[in-house]
Amino acid sequence: MQAILRLIMQRLGLGVLVLFAVSLIIFLGVELLPGDLCQELQGQSATESTIKVCREELGLDKPAAGRYLEWLGNITQGDFGTSMANGREISDLIGVRLYNTFFLAMVAAVIAVPLSLVLGLLAALYRNSWFDRLINIFTLSSISFPEFFVAYILMLVFSITLGWFPSLSNVSPDTPFGERLYSVFLPALTLTLVVMAHMMRMTRAAIINLMASPYIEMAQFKGMSRSRIILRHALPNAWAPIVNVVAINLAYLIVGVVIVEVVFVYPGLGQLIVDSVQKRDIPVVQACSIIFAATYVILNLTADILSIATNPRLLHPR
Amino acid sequence: MSSENTHPTSLSADALPPPPRPGAFNAAMRELWKAPITAKFGIIVVLCYIFIAIFAPWLTPYGESEIVGDPFDLWGDDFMLGTDNLGRDMLTRLLYGARNTVGIAFVTTCLAFLIGGVMGIVAAITGGWADQIMSRVVDILMAIPALIFSLLLLTIFGTSIPVLIVIIAVLDSTRVFRLTRAVSLNVVVMDYVEAARLRGEGMGWITLREVLPNIMPPLVAEFGLRFCFVFLTIASLSFLGLGIQPPMADWGSMVRDNATLITYGDITPLLPAGAIALLTVGINFIVDWFLQKTSGLKDGQ
Repeated sequence: MQAILRLIMQRLGLGVLVLFAVSLIIFLGVELLPGDLCQELQGQSATESTIKVCREELGLDKPAAGRYLEWLGNITQGDFGTSMANGREISDLIGVRLYNTFFLAMVAAVIAVPLSLVLGLLAALYRNSWFDRLINIFTLSSISFPEFFVAYILMLVFSITLGWFPSLSNVSPDTPFGERLYSVFLPALTLTLVVMAHMMRMTRAAIINLMASPYIEMAQFKGMSRSRIILRHALPNAWAPIVNVVAINLAYLIVGVVIVEVVFVYPGLGQLIVDSVQKRDIPVVQACSIIFAATYVILNLTADILSIATNPRLLHPR
Repeated sequence: MSSENTHPTSLSADALPPPPRPGAFNAAMRELWKAPITAKFGIIVVLCYIFIAIFAPWLTPYGESEIVGDPFDLWGDDFMLGTDNLGRDMLTRLLYGARNTVGIAFVTTCLAFLIGGVMGIVAAITGGWADQIMSRVVDILMAIPALIFSLLLLTIFGTSIPVLIVIIAVLDSTRVFRLTRAVSLNVVVMDYVEAARLRGEGMGWITLREVLPNIMPPLVAEFGLRFCFVFLTIASLSFLGLGIQPPMADWGSMVRDNATLITYGDITPLLPAGAIALLTVGINFIVDWFLQKTSGLKDGQ
């Protein structure tokens, strides 16, 4: 137990370090601008004096190290500064959208994770059958398809041809839960299809890998049924890679959300970052990037820790 | 791009350590003949795309950004696939898109391999603190999701094709670095590398003549997969309006520009997206076969 705790603490420490490094990169990225934020802001109309005033206003005349610490301090208190495009508080812009994005990602995860585990198990159980092959072709193609392709096909089928679901996912803060679920169904389904392939393949591969082990052979000699062998003997040992790939794919969901939100015009963080990149609204992009990156790092860290915690070899050190 | 790209299928034979023997081409053809149907399908798809990319100006009825009719014209005799949102011929732009989208993705992938591959091998040969620094930098760069990172960098540097290529290549080279370093580590401990070192060969010789030929098969497979990834990333960025800029024909932005047609049940905007999907599926099939081939060879030895 001690060894595990130490490993986990190490990973946590490393994770905090990575978070720091990531915030530093996102902050320093802006320093790479030819000129600085103020020249960018005022463009052609910039004069010596207006730039000086602007720099004082934004605190750009102070050294970078001090500004970084201040920026980081503000962010941890939920203050992301103001938008360059419309002068609004960034935290106001982000608040509702962050909730919307997480809602969408959660719905997708709730559908995708159980579905891909079950399908992966079935593919391992009926290995080399037509079902397995079908799943294989399906996963290979869904890895190869761009997200917007999947999204538009689903939109064409389910919303335009069949008319079952709305093609645009309009939600507002006071949309009731049921209706919200209904309107995010298509984007969530798109995300599900995008991330399912990887998880399914991993589940199948992890189980099949173990099927050659001696203790599985022993179970076969005992005359156990194939499904019982997989559920009782193979699955517990396959958890580590499966849990790992699930967490990594959840992290991927956070990124995949960007394109899907744009396709379905869903008011989330992905929309905001794309709009802001087009307007070159640097502080907003910075704020969104740090939220996305932090979520990604934390989920990957969770993947790491879970795969340590579910590894039976580490639970019983020699 | 044409010269390196015309014979992607013979790579499998050329990739093996010794310089091409006289019979190498024949052997490659024989190998190809025995390939599974999916791999053949992939090879045909890739060859078609390359053909279209090279000969686009001769295949297309109109100019790349020439406005030839009304916006959103239907499929018909004049315009086989109709026209787009500005009245440009859809088929023409689809064919030119092969040149732009695939070409830019190819250049980007090559650059990523040049950066990541060289650094990876050098890190493996040098070892020590240089390796440590490079690996940790890559770790941190990889901790930020690539799409988000490229969005941030595109905001800072603005969107133009050279910037796009460099940003994606640098971000992608981190993945190449990891793989190259990992496979090179197995090679640099070999006796012949030691011998080359004792002979007093320089870093360049050891990198290019000793290590590189022995890590070629996994790198070639990775090249296919990375190309798909880069290709999808660029298409996604273009779809978001942040990649390849108009008036250049590009599949990602074509989907975006004509997406309104989908609400009328018209599938035209899906064609460029389908073109992207078909190429990535084809490449994946080839890589699948190639990986089986090269790993099979190792088992036989």
